[in-house]
Amino acid sequence: MVQYQQARFDASFAALSDATRRGVLEQLGRADASITELADRFEMTLTGMKKHVGVLEHAGLVVTEKVGRVRHCRLGRPLAQEAAWIEKHRQLWEARFTELDAVVEELKRKEQADGRNTRK
Amino acid sequence: MAATRESEPTPMKNDTTVERKSERELVVTRTFNAPARIVFEAWTRPELFQRWWVPKSFGLSLLSCEMDARTGGTYRLVFSHAASPEPMAFFGHYTDVTPPSRLVWTNDEGGDGGAITTVTFEEGNGRTRVVMHDLYPSKAALDEAIASGSTSGVGETFDQLDELLVAPGAGVPR
Repeated sequence: MVQYQQARFDASFAALSDATRRGVLEQLGRADASITELADRFEMTLTGMKKHVGVLEHAGLVVTEKVGRVRHCRLGRPLAQEAAWIEKHRQLWEARFTELDAVVEELKRKEQADGRNTRK
Repeated sequence: MAATRESEPTPMKNDTTVERKSERELVVTRTFNAPARIVFEAWTRPELFQRWWVPKSFGLSLLSCEMDARTGGTYRLVFSHAASPEPMAFFGHYTDVTPPSRLVWTNDEGGDGGAITTVTFEEGNGRTRVVMHDLYPSKAALDEAIASGSTSGVGETFDQLDELLVAPGAGVPR
């Protein structure tokens, strides 16, 4: 399982090295889209977009499904997993920093009070 | 930015951001409403540091906090947690302490897998932007840190946060 995940992460970072592919992921983060829609949005040929989506799909970042003649794309699991971890990490830091705000405010007040005392 | 008058404090938007900058780097940023010397003090004086590093809401307690925040100095934090029979220690040394702008420490408890943490404090208009940068020795080390926090179900967010909390920038608790 761990091995599998790490291979996935390798492919993920190769896939993420391209600006268009990062844009596609960002786009799919907002809403699922067909390859045609993605090609339109990124102003490229259908063939070009198919290649990009192929790289993302290989990395497991994107899952595609063909319905009739349309291939639908949505975000895949590993990226979602990493994004979830990042969000949890962010919550931890936000909690820490909220406490740090209080410490900092206290130090500021102390410094201001000390400043007033010295001036008098 | 400069359009705001001094007498009217800028509306606060001090969001914490976390970003995986590369295969080996994790970056946390946040802005504080105080000059750098004050924020720096809160990161380097143990009696202040221990008041915020373990947020009250996380059910962990800090048993001890020793910090000698000077270049070449060491730190050692010991936590206890309900789910762990043994206290857990996190330690390392400061490789660069430049008040009030820069702080670098190692995370040695995980052996070779530990990250190097660099914290910079950039002051502007009386506020300080803190950038905390964890550089892992390898992609695998950061992947492991991420995997260890993402294997359990969504309902266990707080347990996972606990895991992260005891291993700040240090990967998996040992």
